[in-house]
Amino acid sequence: MPLPSTMTPIATTTLTTATATVTFSSIPQVYTDLVVVAHVKGGNAGGAEVYLMQFNGDTGTNYSRTELYGNGTSAASTRASNNTSGRAGRISGSGSSEYVINTLNIMNYSNTTTYKTWLVRENEAASWTAADVGLWRSTAAITSIALFSNSSYNTAVGSTITLYGIKAA
Amino acid sequence: MASISLKYKSKSGNLTAPGDVDPGAMIPLATTTLSTATATITFSSIPQNYEHLQVRGILNNSATDAALMTFNGDTGSNYSRHRLTGNGSGAGAASGVNNTSIAINGLTGFQSTTSVYGPVILDILDYVNTSKYKTIRSLSGTENNTSGGIEFNSGLWMSTNAITSITFSTVSGTWAQYSTLALYGIKRAGA
Repeated sequence: MPLPSTMTPIATTTLTTATATVTFSSIPQVYTDLVVVAHVKGGNAGGAEVYLMQFNGDTGTNYSRTELYGNGTSAASTRASNNTSGRAGRISGSGSSEYVINTLNIMNYSNTTTYKTWLVRENEAASWTAADVGLWRSTAAITSIALFSNSSYNTAVGSTITLYGIKAA
Repeated sequence: MASISLKYKSKSGNLTAPGDVDPGAMIPLATTTLSTATATITFSSIPQNYEHLQVRGILNNSATDAALMTFNGDTGSNYSRHRLTGNGSGAGAASGVNNTSIAINGLTGFQSTTSVYGPVILDILDYVNTSKYKTIRSLSGTENNTSGGIEFNSGLWMSTNAITSITFSTVSGTWAQYSTLALYGIKRAGA
């Protein structure tokens, strides 16, 4: 049986139609961390939106996050508690020529002893760069990740989202 | 059909035989998951045949404290660092020179809240080079639903020694059970 690379591509979705939610399901439980690289554009004509995610279909108020960002003028920090979804980054507006790059590192996703935590790097060259730490208050192993735009905007055609697994020794 | 024995080429070998597998540029070297609370986590006897190292993991500290990173057991005043932080209400920055370690997640510390573990991803560049001081960068954070912090760090160890061990200690307290750190080697081209 071939041995896998340490960082293994698990699944890639490139949208050919505008889609509300991209879901990675039946995630293999054989890795240590997950990495999501989301190169995404949204459907809001009014500008960029927050890019969100939920684990295992959990829509309860079990997510929180702290963020550090720069918007071209100043650096600042915000946080939110008891949210119904986790922050996965930014998603550009429909009038933008840019697809935002969000890189998520979801740590120790398959253990059943700790709450799940992740780091995000948001790269929206037009107006924004940020880093986030997030928490999902559940000890369940992550078996699915649903990614979507805030305010129910679609994710645009051409958006590409790849899920990787990283395996420790 | 006869099966082919596979060879795991994790280090400097070339792919020569049928069935050889290239595991990629990132090689898992060691993982520590604590079964009991522990004051320090050390990776020792680090192989010297990679270009860079990466440490990834989650930490919970009984005293909500930073991780203090030292190399090769050096506790002299040979470390410096800068950090950029956010705590949910404002952005900040701080630095330290001639320190006895590099503090990671120094703004808020890694939380002691039960089940809450802070993530850290840390890169150590050119760790075997004996003509350069060693530099690191990290992204880490902690979040417990009532407070949180996110932190970029750069760090310097003023030594040209190759790094053979890495220790994560703390000002006070211990690393909680289930804290996990994994060490990876990043190969150079042609390795």
